Amino acid sequence: MAFEDISLNDVLDTFAFIDDWDERYRYLIDLGRQLPLMDEAGRTDAFKVRGCQSQVWLVPHLSDRGCLFFEGDSDAHIVKGLVALMLLIFSGKTPAEILATDAKAVLEQLDLKGHLSPMRANGLFAMVERIGVIAKSYE
Amino acid sequence: MVNANLDIKSQGTGLLDVAKIREDFPIFKQKVYSKPLTFLDTAASAQKPKQVLDAERNISETCYANIHRGVYKFSQDATQAYEDARETVRAFLSAEHTNECVFVRGATEGINLVAQSWGRANISAGDEIILTTIEHHSNIVPWQMLAEEKGAIIRVIPVDDTATLDMDVYANLLNERTKMVAVGHISNAVGTINPIADIIRMAHSAGAVALIDGCQAAPHMRLNMQALDADFYVFSAHKAYGPTGIGVLYGKQALLDAMPPWHGGGDMIKTVSFEGTTYNDLPYKFEAGTPHITGGIGMKAALDYMNGIGFDAINAHENALMAYALDALSGFNSLRQIGTSKDRGALISFVMDHAHPHDIGTILDRQGVAVRAGHHCAQPVMDHFGLPGTVRASFGIYNDYGDIDRLVAGLHKVNEIFGS
Repeated sequence: MAFEDISLNDVLDTFAFIDDWDERYRYLIDLGRQLPLMDEAGRTDAFKVRGCQSQVWLVPHLSDRGCLFFEGDSDAHIVKGLVALMLLIFSGKTPAEILATDAKAVLEQLDLKGHLSPMRANGLFAMVERIGVIAKSYE
Repeated sequence: MVNANLDIKSQGTGLLDVAKIREDFPIFKQKVYSKPLTFLDTAASAQKPKQVLDAERNISETCYANIHRGVYKFSQDATQAYEDARETVRAFLSAEHTNECVFVRGATEGINLVAQSWGRANISAGDEIILTTIEHHSNIVPWQMLAEEKGAIIRVIPVDDTATLDMDVYANLLNERTKMVAVGHISNAVGTINPIADIIRMAHSAGAVALIDGCQAAPHMRLNMQALDADFYVFSAHKAYGPTGIGVLYGKQALLDAMPPWHGGGDMIKTVSFEGTTYNDLPYKFEAGTPHITGGIGMKAALDYMNGIGFDAINAHENALMAYALDALSGFNSLRQIGTSKDRGALISFVMDHAHPHDIGTILDRQGVAVRAGHHCAQPVMDHFGLPGTVRASFGIYNDYGDIDRLVAGLHKVNEIFGS
């Protein structure tokens, strides 16, 4: 399945269905592998998300209709899966919609807080924070 | 009181009687994700035995009071216990004088103290400070700050592919402008045991002073300041089975005596008036403010605990663990060790094909295996090897072959998940 065809609901449904922690990681890693290749031009310090132990990039693009689309990447597989998750949660929304989205609730639904190491969780929240800052700047 | 474990060496293998030692460490009653805790991050912070926890609690329950100033019995008892700790540190380091052992918050503060006090008084524009590629940030940044302030120059001893220092380059770097050589005893990131006796001797021949960061050495080997002839030596108690927030700066008496105080405040003065202040004697001149009293006493308990086991036994134990682990990890084609120096401490740093160190750390964590993943506060050596970080498994007196077996099983899972 192409990444554009995956919805956040698919991910939530699948996660609810998987009990094993390693299967969940496998699924997350697969999700990351399906991320469209990020344009090399975005791989700069300006688009780097600080607070992640691995390297993470998030690049915003504003569409003609005022929606924000994100490209993203990471050098760590599991984190790349989390980047994919961020895109599923936020990409294609207007800045106002992004700011109104409760990402924490989604992540809790995925039980990711409990299953990711604290450092990793910090990276996750750093991503959420960065997307919020970007949305604000376009509001 | 501290009960030394005198009979905990198991027969034949070189390993300590780990089951018996673990009884001293309450943390191992914990389960992680319902699995036994496999703790392989002693190089970051060692776990504390109940002897240390008891010492910290005992002082709090029986004679807790500010030290060095009370006329009442509690304060005098607490002062005695704190100063007993200093004598234990002196013996631990085989230092000549007890007042050469300054209590600090940790190695980082010790190095900053030397850089700010000795450094400001002795370093001028154009002077040179020699470090190595494999230093911890704590033994880089304080010198950079000093160099920036004074216009001094930092020189770096490089390493080869095994992370061993190039001693020929070091010999060439030394010159009449070299004022300080600051080197780690054992690298926290790649495990290299540096030839510090040679490094110190060569520094002295060039007229320079040598500081050794002994954080990774103090929990593992017998130290002797007089034999080493180190000018300064620092270590942190929390890497040596002791509390956080306390550590030691050893300095030769003549050097410490000549150094100006760093922090001003209580305890470090003899008399204070607005016309002028006279400073206290060593080591108090460098111990401004109320110290970490329970920490100092806990540190003594930790040193007593290690002495009770004995460093020959600790060495044999860690050598046996390393041999077992190196053999077990050699079975992974996808694994590459970073730091393969001939002389190595009790840690293995590695990377794997297919998975980032943080991926590996996360999958291991889920299996109850605690390792460090990252740059280990040593980015220059990571840059040298062209890596964002490594996975580091480090060993202590409470680890056994079972811990290494669980690490290996965890790494098989990593291979399975990330595809190899």
